Amino acid sequence: MVARGDADLLAILTLSLQVSLTAVLVASLIAFPVGAALAVTRFRGQQAVIVVINALLGLPAVVAGLAIYLLLSRAGPLGPMGLLFTPTAMVIAQALLVFPLIAALSRQAVADAWREYREQFASLGASTSHTTMALLHDLRFSLMTIVLAAFGRAIAEVGAVMIVGGNIDGVTRVMTTAIALETSKGDLPLALGLGVVLLAIVLVLNVGVHLLRERALLQHG
Amino acid sequence: MGDVRAPLLPLTLEGVGYSVGGAAILDGIDLTLEAGPRTVILGPNGAGKSVLMRICHGLLAPTAGNVRWANPERRRQPRRQAMVFQRPVVLRRSALANLTFALAVAGVPRAERTERARRALDRVGLEGFANRPARVLSGGEQQRLALARAWLLEPEVLFLDEPTANLDPGATRQIEAIVQSIHDTGTKIVMITHSLGQAQRLGDEIVFIDRGRMLERTSVDRFFDTPATAQADAFLKGELPWHRPDAP
Repeated sequence: MVARGDADLLAILTLSLQVSLTAVLVASLIAFPVGAALAVTRFRGQQAVIVVINALLGLPAVVAGLAIYLLLSRAGPLGPMGLLFTPTAMVIAQALLVFPLIAALSRQAVADAWREYREQFASLGASTSHTTMALLHDLRFSLMTIVLAAFGRAIAEVGAVMIVGGNIDGVTRVMTTAIALETSKGDLPLALGLGVVLLAIVLVLNVGVHLLRERALLQHG
Repeated sequence: MGDVRAPLLPLTLEGVGYSVGGAAILDGIDLTLEAGPRTVILGPNGAGKSVLMRICHGLLAPTAGNVRWANPERRRQPRRQAMVFQRPVVLRRSALANLTFALAVAGVPRAERTERARRALDRVGLEGFANRPARVLSGGEQQRLALARAWLLEPEVLFLDEPTANLDPGATRQIEAIVQSIHDTGTKIVMITHSLGQAQRLGDEIVFIDRGRMLERTSVDRFFDTPATAQADAFLKGELPWHRPDAP
């Protein structure tokens, strides 16, 4: 039974990592450019967009899950795609969840850097592409920190993946939903094991962020 | 310098003004900058010197009047004027990489960049610093790096906005020596400074700005010996107060 438990644990752990990593990747691809664009352009209603994105930092995970559920359910617009209760749905829900986080933080980072660099780039005659690449490169430590923070949020949430995934054994069961289920069944060994692993991941992530910041400061000021 | 391109200078400002929210920061500036003499812009705080320099360099558009170069730069061509700011702006990469970045922006072929960057570092005395992260350099070293970057493309005009305001006397002397060298290679120097001593060391002519207006434009000797206006006189004696933009 222990052996089976280990196999279960490994499968759950692997799925959790896959879902959250993919969600962060997908969200970053859209959120980073959006954040950067918000930081350097001006348009009417810009302040409103920024306020809304910042407010969505507090988007409850269950609400994100609910929104995607409505989208993917059989009666919803994307129902025919049959994505509900699959890992894909979980990726979509978590991507929605972390999108505001990545967009808001990257907007802040880029805005601060832009304020510092704008005149110098103009003075050098740097094109938009040169400027963008240079900004991204300069902000690499901040951007990595943002990605780690987003991953931390994704892997630790339970509401979104529970609703759109359904916690189906062997298919959509991740660490957080498994802990919820096993605890409610009173089956604590697996729940404890997963809890420890999840905690370890979160701790390692935070230590990683801290070390990244320290190294960046030391090496690059 | 052997410049075969049509020269940028002279730069002519006609009736240039700059207002923000109804407040006039610059008003009625008529100024022509010619190649040759080192021009120093003096004036009390809040006079509009930095705004004037940014308008000359193209970082700001005037709200009145116009700015005309004899042969204006064209878009997507490497810049032929450069500016050094009071606080040096360097990227989070090595000193050498900061310079190769500027060369890449100017379209210099990759194969040439490292060598040209190294020579630029040598010229400002930063030979050993090539691989040092630029941001851990001291203020004086960063400003030398900024000067090296400005010098890289042999600009026709170099604008400097109080380049030594935050530096100690030793670093200031180094910067002044580099500015002099840049002048010696044929670049027109236009500099803002608060140091009267520096103006006398590095200036051939003085442009005196007070409360958004150009009050005097004369040789450095004439300005310091016999200022023509009461404001310049008071300024030189250290009596001219700071002006808030909304004060009468």
